[in-house]
Amino acid sequence: MKILVVGGGTAGTIVANNLARRLTAETRSGKVQLTMLSASDRHMYQPGLLYVAFGQMTPDQLYRDQASLLEPTIDFHVDPVKKFMLDKKQVMTEAGKIHNYDILVIATGSRIVPDETPGLTEGAEFFYTEESAVKLYKRLREFQGGRVAVAIGVPHKCPVAPVELMFSLHDYFKARGIRDKVNLKYYYPIGRIHTIEAVAKWAKPEFDSLGIEYETLFNIKEVDAKNKIVKSEEGIDVEYDLLIVVPQHRGMEVIERDNLGEGGWIPTDRHSLAMKGHDNVYVVGDTTNLPVSKTGSAAHFQAEVLAENIASIIKIGAPVRDYDGKIYCFIEAGRDRATYSMFDYETPPDLKPPSKPMHWFKLSYNQMYWTSVRGLL
Amino acid sequence: MSQTKIIDARDTFCPGPLMELISYMKRANVGDELELLSTDKGSVNDVPEWIAKVGHELISSEQVDNVWHIKVRKTK
Repeated sequence: MKILVVGGGTAGTIVANNLARRLTAETRSGKVQLTMLSASDRHMYQPGLLYVAFGQMTPDQLYRDQASLLEPTIDFHVDPVKKFMLDKKQVMTEAGKIHNYDILVIATGSRIVPDETPGLTEGAEFFYTEESAVKLYKRLREFQGGRVAVAIGVPHKCPVAPVELMFSLHDYFKARGIRDKVNLKYYYPIGRIHTIEAVAKWAKPEFDSLGIEYETLFNIKEVDAKNKIVKSEEGIDVEYDLLIVVPQHRGMEVIERDNLGEGGWIPTDRHSLAMKGHDNVYVVGDTTNLPVSKTGSAAHFQAEVLAENIASIIKIGAPVRDYDGKIYCFIEAGRDRATYSMFDYETPPDLKPPSKPMHWFKLSYNQMYWTSVRGLL
Repeated sequence: MSQTKIIDARDTFCPGPLMELISYMKRANVGDELELLSTDKGSVNDVPEWIAKVGHELISSEQVDNVWHIKVRKTK
């Protein structure tokens, strides 16, 4: 039995480690072979990028060697998939190697595509990569006042990041003593200030009390970098001195190239996490087309369910659990407060007031992640 | 050539039905028809509001067995 995990991010790593533990006897006896293909020999804790953008973490703190995170029974290769051949139960890698599988787990993740919005790369800052987060920090550090516009592309990873960014900007400028010189305004794609109704209801009075302005139904169409104007699909033009965006995302190129899913998102059963039309192919994390948040949290909970099911299929011939849509997201409400949002397919989130202990818990989780991704937490 | 695309956004709190629709609309071609399935009653108001503001076309909106079916056409 050959299990192939494609992708070494949060979802792929948790699936592989969890499987390795559940199938220790089977892998040692040679009955099961567990292989991971990844594009990188490093693993990044992506939520840390927000802290890098505000000088609270440095990029080196975000990384671990991928091999160090994996159980020793996992056959790990830094050699990303170039072509999926699902009809042959094979993949071909960038190095030209063919891997056969009985069970395939696709966890290739997502990528930002700022170039798909005209003028965005030239005119806007963002923080969804190491380089851009460091660049944003330097821009913020030299900023002396003016109009800061924050706009959000669709779809995007980590849906709470936009509100976290606003609270962090407020606290950052306040700490520098220039908050009164900064007009902070937030532009959001739908008709309220966050897609989760409970988050919107909580954040709106918080924004009001902090002097954070907002406009809704604003979807970025293009950026006129020369004249510093961001234009929306809805026909609104906004002048800015500093534009910060959450860029639009897509799935990975290989997914689109091999016609596995429109936009790079693979059609996936919301409970079994099987790729639609393929009983032996599963999809986890950002790569699914499920209407759930593209977050490490969703990836984590999906990965645990999937690993348990694959192990059960091997041991008893049937899966044992459904993914119920569970997600738990911390929400930083500035430099010293945080809350969280927990929900599933049927239970809406019920936000609690932000607190310092929850912020400390989030700071602790920034380190605990490495335990989590090893499949231990 | 236009086509109808079903967007199943039932039982979702994040990113939510309208955000799902916007995401699919970005990838659609002008003339394409999209049908959003939503169990969020707010979709009855917030989807038409966005469609009107951006200038796309609302074709129909009806409730069938506690699911709202909202059909729209991309016009630009």
